[in-house]
Amino acid sequence: MFRKLCCAAALVTAAVPASAQDAELSKLREALRQLQQQVQELEKRLADAENRKPPAQAAARPAGSNAFNPDISVILQGTVARSTLDPNTYQISGFAPSGGEVAPAPRSFNLGESELIITSNVDPYFRGQLVAALTPDNELEVEEAFFQTLALGRGFTLKGGRFLSGIGYQNEIHQHAWDFQDAPLAYKAFLGGRLNDDGVQLRWLAPTDLFIELGAELGRGRAFPGTDRNRNGANMGSLFGHVGGDIGASTAWRAGLSYLSASPQDRAFTDLGTTQSFSGESRTWIADFILKWAPNGNASVTNFKLQGEYFRRHESGTLTFADTFTDAYASRQSGWYTQALYQFMPRWRVGYRYDRLDHGTVDNGIVANGLGPTAADFPLLMTDYNPTRNTAMVDWNPTEFSRWRLQYAVDKSRVGLTDNQLLLQYILSLGAHGAHKF
Amino acid sequence: MKSLPASFLCSILLMAAWPAFAALNILACEPEWGALAKEIGGDRVRINTATTALQDPHRIEARPSLIARARDADLMVCTGAELEVGWVPLLQAQSGNPKIQVGQPGFFEAASVVPLLERPERVDRSLGDVHPSGNPHIHLDPRNIERVASALQERMSQLDAAQTAYYQDREKQFLSRWREAMARWEKIAAPLKGLPLVVYHKDLSYLIGWLGLREVGALEPKPGLPPSTAHLTQLVAQLKRTPAKAVLRSAYNDPRPAQWLAGQAGIPTVLLPFTVGGTDKAGDLFGLYEDTLNRLLAVAN
Repeated sequence: MFRKLCCAAALVTAAVPASAQDAELSKLREALRQLQQQVQELEKRLADAENRKPPAQAAARPAGSNAFNPDISVILQGTVARSTLDPNTYQISGFAPSGGEVAPAPRSFNLGESELIITSNVDPYFRGQLVAALTPDNELEVEEAFFQTLALGRGFTLKGGRFLSGIGYQNEIHQHAWDFQDAPLAYKAFLGGRLNDDGVQLRWLAPTDLFIELGAELGRGRAFPGTDRNRNGANMGSLFGHVGGDIGASTAWRAGLSYLSASPQDRAFTDLGTTQSFSGESRTWIADFILKWAPNGNASVTNFKLQGEYFRRHESGTLTFADTFTDAYASRQSGWYTQALYQFMPRWRVGYRYDRLDHGTVDNGIVANGLGPTAADFPLLMTDYNPTRNTAMVDWNPTEFSRWRLQYAVDKSRVGLTDNQLLLQYILSLGAHGAHKF
Repeated sequence: MKSLPASFLCSILLMAAWPAFAALNILACEPEWGALAKEIGGDRVRINTATTALQDPHRIEARPSLIARARDADLMVCTGAELEVGWVPLLQAQSGNPKIQVGQPGFFEAASVVPLLERPERVDRSLGDVHPSGNPHIHLDPRNIERVASALQERMSQLDAAQTAYYQDREKQFLSRWREAMARWEKIAAPLKGLPLVVYHKDLSYLIGWLGLREVGALEPKPGLPPSTAHLTQLVAQLKRTPAKAVLRSAYNDPRPAQWLAGQAGIPTVLLPFTVGGTDKAGDLFGLYEDTLNRLLAVAN
C-alpha cells in the first residue's frame, strides 16, 4: 500500500509545472505524510482487531447441508484362525444352548463383522445411535439402534429402541473394544454372547461424588434367555446398580450388581437330533467389578486392568422332550471369569483370562419321574461337567485406531475334549474418533 | 422387577434431601481452565478439575468419578477443537445433565474464541492424530488466556447473573495483572528469540509462536504416534546438521525418549510444566508461565 502511494506521489510530482513545483511539492509531501499516517493507524487498528477478536474461521464449521452429517465410523475386522476341534460343532456341555453367536472363530481366513456406527444429537432433547453389523455371510444385522434423552435432567436418562443392556460390565462394551477376540464363557452360556433386547431403559445417576447409578430395563425378550412371545407387555426386565470412583490419582474402579428376569416360552434347541424346549422363568444375577490402574492416571505408557464377573442363574418351569414328554424342570447354574490386561510399553498389551462354568444342579422331571427318556438322552442339559478355558493374548496397537492381536486359548467347553485355538485378529476403525466406555 | 418403584422412590427422596449449592459448579476439563475459572470466580464458584498435568488430555477415560462430577456441573470448561473427543461426549451422554450438552451455555469450549494455529489443509489419519480445527493446545500463549478469560467471564455471568459484577470485577483485576505480567515476560524472554529446540508433541506450538522460539524437530514422528527408534535415529542425524539447544518435554510425556535423544545430541532435556500443577512452582497460571520461562532461560544462557 505504502509503495503505491509513493508511486502516485512520484507521478503527480513529475506532472507539475516547474514554476509551482516547490510549493506544490511541500503540499504533496504533507498530504503523503498524512496518508502514510492514516495507513499506519489503520494497519495498527487492523492488527489490534485481529489480535483481540478471533478470526471468523476459528469457530466456523463447514457450512452447507452436510454440516449436519452425523459422526460416522466403520470398524473392519478379520481373523485367521486354527483350532483342533471343529468350531461348527461347538457347544458348552451341561448348559442349554443360548442360540447366540458363541462359536469360536471359524478356521482359516475369515472376515469378522464389519460394523457401521452412526451417532449424532437429534435435537436438544435426544441423541441417536445406530450400530449395524455386516456379517461375513453378507447379512445386515442391527446390533443397536436407539435414542437417548439429553434433557431429562436430575441425573435421569431414558433410552429406547435396541441397545446393549446395562447389566454386568462387558455387556455394554462393543465387541470391537473387547480385550479378547471372543466373549467370556459365562456370557456365551447365560446371555448368548451379549444381551441387546428391544425395549426401554431408565438410568438414574445419584448426585454424589461417589458414582452411584441405578437402572431398570423392560424389553420384548426377543433373544436368550427369553423368547419372542407375541403377547402384550414386557417379557424381559432387568435391574442394575453400579458404584465406582477413584482411589488416589492412579486407580479407578467400578462394581455392580444386576438382575435379569425373563419368561421364555418354548425355548427350543436340538440335542442328539431331538428337540427339547423349556418354558418358565429364568432369573440371572450378575456381580461385576473392574479396576483400572495407570501411573498418575496417565495410561499412555503403562496401564493395568483387572476385570471379573460372576453369573448365577435359576430357571424353573417345564421341559418338553421330542414334543411328547413334558415335566417339571429346574436348574441352578453359575459361572465366572476374571481377566487381567497389562500394557507394558506404549502400543503393546498382554492379557490373560480364566473362564469357568459350574453345572450346578439340574432337576429334570422327565428323568426323575421315569417318563421314558433317561439322563443319557439329555447330554447337553444333564452332563455334570464344569467347562473351563484359559486364554492368553498379546496385542499391538500402532495407533488408537488399529489393533493387531494374537490369541491362544485352551478351551475345555466340551466334555472330555480339549480345543486348542490360535488366531490372529485385526480391528481397524475408520472415520470419527470413537469414545469408548470406561 | 418388584423392587423397581421402591428404588426410585428412595432415589427421589435422596435427591430432595440433597443440599442445593448456591455456588456455580464448574467442571474444568484441564487444569489451566480450572485455574482460570478460579481467577474469575474466586470463592463464589466450586471447581472440579477432571485431569491433572501428569495426564495426557488426549487419553482420558470417562471413568465413573468423572461421570459423577459431570452430573451436577452447571458449567463445563473444556478446550474443544476435538482435544477431548474420546471422553467428553461420554460424560455428556452418561451424566443425565442437560446443562452441559453441546450447544448449551453450560458447555464452554475455549478454542472457539481463539485463532487456532496449524489448521491442517488435509485431514487424513495417515498424517497421525490430526485435529481438523487446528492445534488445540492453546493455553501456552498468554494472549489466548486473555481472550478466553473475557469469554469465560461473560459465560459465567450469563449462567450466574447475580454475580455478574463480582465476575467482571475479578476479570478486570486479573487482566490488568496478566497484562502487566505479560509485558514483563516478553521483556525477560527476549534472549529466547530464535532458540532452536526439539519438542515431544505439537503441544508447545503456541508457546513457540509467542516467544519466537524455533522448533527444529519433534520426538513424535507424527502427532499422537509414540517416538520410534527409526525416527529418533533420524533426528540425531538431523541435529548434527541443525543443532538444537535443548529437548523439551511436557510433564505428562514419557521422559525416556527425550533423555535418550538429549544424551545422543549432547544437549539438556527441559521439563516444562505444560499446565498448572505440572511442576511445584506452576501452582497457578502466573506460576505456570514464570516457571516455563525460567526453565527455558536456564538453557538459553
